Amino acid sequence: MLSAGIVIPGFVVIGLVFIGIGVALFVTSRSITVLEIDYTGVEKDSPCFKCSDPDIKNCGCKVDFSIDTLFEGPLFLYYGLSNYFQNYRQYGASKDLTQLSGDLASFKDPSDVCYPYDYSVQKPIVPCGSIANSMFNDTFKLFHIVKGTRKQVALDGKGIAWWTDYNVKFRNPLVNPLKNAFNGTTKPPFWPKPAYELDPTDPANNGFDNQDFLVWMRAAALPNFRKLYRRISEGEYEKGLPAGNYSLEIAYNYPVLQFEGRKKVVFSNVSWMGGKNEFLGIAYLVIGSLCVVMSVVMLIVYAKFKFPEED
Amino acid sequence: MAFWRRNTLVERERHVKANARDYNDKFSYTDNHIKTSKYNILTFLPLNLFEQLQRVANAYFIVLLILQLIPAISSLSWFTTIVPLLLVLLITAVKDATDDYFRHKNDKQVNNRQSQVLIRGSLQNEKWMNVRVGDIIKLENNQFVAADILLLCSSEPNGLCYIETAELDGETNLKVRQALTVTSDLGDVSKLVDFDGEVVCEPPNNKLDKFIGTLCWRDSKYPLDNDRMLLRGCVLRNTECCFGMVIFAGLQTKLMQNCGITKFKRTSIDKLMNTLVLWIFAFLICMGVILAIGNTIWESRIGRRFQVFLPWTEFQSSAVFSGFLTFWSYIINLNTVVPISLYVSVEVLRLGHSYFINWDKRMYHGPTNTAAVARTTTLNEELGQVQFIFSDKTGTLTQNIMVFSKCSINGQTYGDIYDEFDQKMENTEGTACVDFSFNPLCDRRFKFYDSSLVDAVKLEDPAMQEFFRLLALCHTVMPEEKTEGHLVYQAQSPDEAALVTAARNFGFVFRARTPETITLCEMGQAVAYQLLAILDFNNVRKRMSVIVRNPQGQIKLYSKGADTVIFDRLDPSSEDLMYTTSEHLSEFGGEGLRTLALAYKDLDEKEFEVWMEKLQFAGTVIENREDRLAVLYEEIEQGLKGATAIEDKLQEGVPETITCLNLADIKIWVLTGDKLETAMNIGYSCNMLRDDMNEVFVMSGHTLLEVQQQLRSAKEHILGLSRVGSAGDVEKSDMFADSVFEETIIAEYALVINGHSLAHALEPQLEHVLLDLACLCKTVICCRVTPMQKAQVVELVKRHKRAVTLAIGDGANDVSMIKTAHIGVGISGQEGMQAALASDYSFAQFRYLRRLLLVHGRWSYFRMCHFLCYFFYKNFAFTLVHFWYGFFCGFSAQTVYDQWFITLFNIVYTSLPVLAMGLFDQDVNDHISLRHPSLYRPGQQNLLFNKRQFFLCTLQGVCTSFLLFFIPYGAFSVMVREDGSHFSDQQAFSVTIATSLVIVVSVQIGLDTHYWTAVNHFFIWGSLTLYFVILFALQSNGMFGIFPSHFPFVGTARNCLSEKSVWLVILLTTVVCVVPGLVVSFLRIDLFPTPTDKVRHQLQSRKRQRPQEQNLRQSRRTSSRRSAYAFSHQQGYGELITSGKNMRTSRVSTARSAQRTQHSSNWIENVLKRKNEVSCISDESTEAPEKSDRT
Repeated sequence: MLSAGIVIPGFVVIGLVFIGIGVALFVTSRSITVLEIDYTGVEKDSPCFKCSDPDIKNCGCKVDFSIDTLFEGPLFLYYGLSNYFQNYRQYGASKDLTQLSGDLASFKDPSDVCYPYDYSVQKPIVPCGSIANSMFNDTFKLFHIVKGTRKQVALDGKGIAWWTDYNVKFRNPLVNPLKNAFNGTTKPPFWPKPAYELDPTDPANNGFDNQDFLVWMRAAALPNFRKLYRRISEGEYEKGLPAGNYSLEIAYNYPVLQFEGRKKVVFSNVSWMGGKNEFLGIAYLVIGSLCVVMSVVMLIVYAKFKFPEED
Repeated sequence: MAFWRRNTLVERERHVKANARDYNDKFSYTDNHIKTSKYNILTFLPLNLFEQLQRVANAYFIVLLILQLIPAISSLSWFTTIVPLLLVLLITAVKDATDDYFRHKNDKQVNNRQSQVLIRGSLQNEKWMNVRVGDIIKLENNQFVAADILLLCSSEPNGLCYIETAELDGETNLKVRQALTVTSDLGDVSKLVDFDGEVVCEPPNNKLDKFIGTLCWRDSKYPLDNDRMLLRGCVLRNTECCFGMVIFAGLQTKLMQNCGITKFKRTSIDKLMNTLVLWIFAFLICMGVILAIGNTIWESRIGRRFQVFLPWTEFQSSAVFSGFLTFWSYIINLNTVVPISLYVSVEVLRLGHSYFINWDKRMYHGPTNTAAVARTTTLNEELGQVQFIFSDKTGTLTQNIMVFSKCSINGQTYGDIYDEFDQKMENTEGTACVDFSFNPLCDRRFKFYDSSLVDAVKLEDPAMQEFFRLLALCHTVMPEEKTEGHLVYQAQSPDEAALVTAARNFGFVFRARTPETITLCEMGQAVAYQLLAILDFNNVRKRMSVIVRNPQGQIKLYSKGADTVIFDRLDPSSEDLMYTTSEHLSEFGGEGLRTLALAYKDLDEKEFEVWMEKLQFAGTVIENREDRLAVLYEEIEQGLKGATAIEDKLQEGVPETITCLNLADIKIWVLTGDKLETAMNIGYSCNMLRDDMNEVFVMSGHTLLEVQQQLRSAKEHILGLSRVGSAGDVEKSDMFADSVFEETIIAEYALVINGHSLAHALEPQLEHVLLDLACLCKTVICCRVTPMQKAQVVELVKRHKRAVTLAIGDGANDVSMIKTAHIGVGISGQEGMQAALASDYSFAQFRYLRRLLLVHGRWSYFRMCHFLCYFFYKNFAFTLVHFWYGFFCGFSAQTVYDQWFITLFNIVYTSLPVLAMGLFDQDVNDHISLRHPSLYRPGQQNLLFNKRQFFLCTLQGVCTSFLLFFIPYGAFSVMVREDGSHFSDQQAFSVTIATSLVIVVSVQIGLDTHYWTAVNHFFIWGSLTLYFVILFALQSNGMFGIFPSHFPFVGTARNCLSEKSVWLVILLTTVVCVVPGLVVSFLRIDLFPTPTDKVRHQLQSRKRQRPQEQNLRQSRRTSSRRSAYAFSHQQGYGELITSGKNMRTSRVSTARSAQRTQHSSNWIENVLKRKNEVSCISDESTEAPEKSDRT
């Protein structure tokens, strides 16, 4: 099995292939542009500092930024949260999948796992559970400032969730109008409006089919995460954001300061391998080089210490 | 059954009345039904379940299941435990059920044997199980005795019958039993019906050679002893039929009482495994504690402020309590680190290995149609660790078949076959046999290959004639000629039968005998010899002689015996002949044949008469009668002339096997019930004793002091010799004769120890000296040992040496040792099955032991060790990912994987490849294993799986889990899909890690597999395919549609595995996890090669150079040491013959000589008494008739 004739060349081949992949990944990753804007408002000079006081409701703030060169599209707009434990066991489990798949019976009687967000004042909460209750509700608008006028950049919110989530996992009950299905239930306590009013303009993006809701419900694996907010993939900004000044209007609703969390907005474009990810490229390079080094070491050891052919 | 057992405990004395079932029923004695099975159909489920749940592992999983049902701590669904647990219980139950089914079958077969029972005045066929205490049963020739019975009468004269007790004590010579005189004429059924004697005797016990009781019949009492008893397991021989009364039946028979309760044997790996599982428990608890503390800290510093979204104040009062709950949750999460499928997989492996033994064609013995059988399926890997073998001799090392194969007559050898170039040829199947058709009385089964001997006989050379005449005359065989020309010899020992049969085939047919005559048919002519005296055999004399008068009126003394003894008595005139013959005998001895010298002497009439008078006088003297007889015998046997030789057959391949096992560092001790001479003789012929040994110590002291003295001096001798220069500190070396020192002794010693010495040596104060001495010796032979002593010797080694012991034997006398040793092996295929039934492994030939140990045992050990290493590695790699994840999810006992993955990982995704490896893997093939016995050593030294190995493989597992978690962690922290959607979600993370894990462990098993079969490929590729199929199936829309809450991962696989970057992560993880192990093992092979590596390397380089077949045939020993022949039969048969007691045709002639009859009335006592030469207690009852004779 482990004859030198297989192992040493094998290592060389693996090493070279890995170095190749590593270089490709690294170069690709370098070509991706990422723009991160932290708007938590912890610092006094931050435009959103005024909103960081939890007592202020419906606070709005504006973040201005400029781009020197064309920010190549298609562009994606993410919101990021840090120090936020969506992977906490009880938090992640606190949802009723039957209810979310549109089963009316569990509208009336949510699962126990939703506790303590299963009933509110004797009424069942729909959608129940911690994770739905804590849905991210900041909203963003992007303006391109062209010669002093603010030109809104069209943000596309369609298809930002997984196809399977939208079509299989989360379904509205087959009741028309949707509002009737929610009779006798109440909205989650932190929500400003009930689920059937998430997007009154578009029935395909309302209730449990709301894309933002779906994106939120797909819990993040790690405490620092990004979630896709919108695409900039149509209209005149399809090819990217040209150089210039921009203004991001934020409806600041989501409190993160009490757990020392951070909120940010991220603009990024992607490549064949997805978003910017230097880890993979570097890891491949390191492992590839190690393999080559090991093959040399093994060759030396083999040549020096192999036991004699005949005893 | 339990009820009866309780009854036997209080039984002080047994009362049995013949033909009175009603009376005997009062005592509710055990009937003859035997039950070894455990369950019946109704009790199987509850009993088996109860037994299984008593096992620690199963109980652990039940506790786990209960924990999982508590909602507050349940981090995993209950099905993750119940599915594997049920599977495990089911597999074990199926195995138990099959085992029990075979026990039922076996019981049924024994219980349904037929025997003839006297019921209501007539003989009826009854099943064995229906025979009851007090019944009178009829036994026929060659039948097994059904229960312990009191012999009442037999078809033979004087109520005699012969039994073979090989089943019980392993002695192959026939034994005589005689009925009480008062009952011996109850010969037919009508008389027996009226027999209403009552036996009062000892309660059931396990002493095979002792029985005390009285028979009360017709108002008188008769003492009973063991010589009236036929014990279950004996076979009736040379006796047409006999009647007996059942005293003990079924489980109370001496045989069954001796069998004892089968102890459950566990292998050392089992024990190690249990320790390791406890370690893992401790480790598990440690991890739980660490994570619980982490949880407490996290809750109080971070979680506390996170409560807007997680209002746990509602259900968790404090951080400490939260930590407490987390502890239990993590115990549940991390439970897979104690692999539930471990025990059941190990069982499956051992079962598989057992079947390989059963199916091994090379361990199948065609002539007896016996395959090797692994009766215990739980010991296989221990076969690869054996350090001591305890072997029986008769029937194990030897075939117990004597064949006349060579002879040297008057300085000329016969029996070798030469090809046309005068080269000695090997005796093969194709060699033509000598044609004996000239002799109508020949035995067709007799085979001889050297035709020159027949030609010589036909030439009527006188020396030749005398040779065969001697063989035909000088013996104690009884002929039986049922039809004209169809002769059957009833010999009490196989060697005599072989000699007489040889003479018969060469034209000197022993045809008939009376007490005073022997009729031969010499080359077709009937010749009658007058038998004047038989000078019987005994162990001191080592020879027997007859004095006959031939038809010409000449008186001749014919003698045969051990060569040394005969040569001492030869007339100086035959000195030249003696040297030639002696040379030939050495040659024969060198080939492993048993040798024997023959001699004759002409006596003149006067000389003989004088001697005869002296003999008769000596016969009437009371004191020292035997000594005087011996002196007289000695006197007449002086000045013999002429000499010759023969063979005893070892089993095939015994010396080679023993040499090979010795090379594998296995020590072989022979424990036999046979005589010292025979045992040593066999020791020489199987290469265990050699001439080039420095010293052979023979211990035969009769007292404790003597034995102590002998042992000490022998030890001092060894230690003194090997420590020249430090002769002063013998005392010191006494104390430090440890194993390290044993290794350094180069000189070869052998120890031969006698039964009575052994009894003393085994006493607590001497056993250490014995053991030290025995371990210093290359070869140990214990002779004249009782079954109990055999077990004691095994026990001694087992207790003090911490070595794996293996006992091999064929008879019931070996049962105790077979049961005591770690591994018991029985030789099957002969008639007796007692040993085979009690054994863990059985096969037909001793030589298969080599294959069993060096191939099967070695492989089993190798496979089991690799299996365990991989298994622990796999489970650590799988489980500890949760531990690392704990640091990033607030120590909340969040699982990394989907619950279904956790459920199926051990039992579906990774179980079959590792099973295939555990079943089929081999580092070198069987030929190499046999050719390089040294490859067996790692097993003895326990190198392949021990605590260090365990630590290393778990370390590998821990590292793998670390990489498995942190590489995806690094990648996922900023992972985005190609379509820009976020990707760092928990489910995608989970699927990525799970897929990496399955691929990593599959690649790892691929690298660990040394030997690829189609099954390995099928299982590895199949498991990988199955993983993906199940993954997609469980995450499909359909499954989600049916149970939305149980399949939350819907669509993850599709979304995740369609990403290039995910595959890049998986590739990276796989390579990083596997490559370091590869480098380490590659460097290890080059820097620290094991013997196996060297052998493999040699093979590879040889294959490259020239495909040359290496011949490693062991050459036969070329020793000048000659084996001294010892008859395996008892003294006293000569007297039996001359008395005519055992001759049906001679009733009239014996009546003629009143004196002789009287004289002979004590021969039976003599026979019976001498049987047990060790215990020299003379019975009062034997003295009494002797006195009355002579007055």
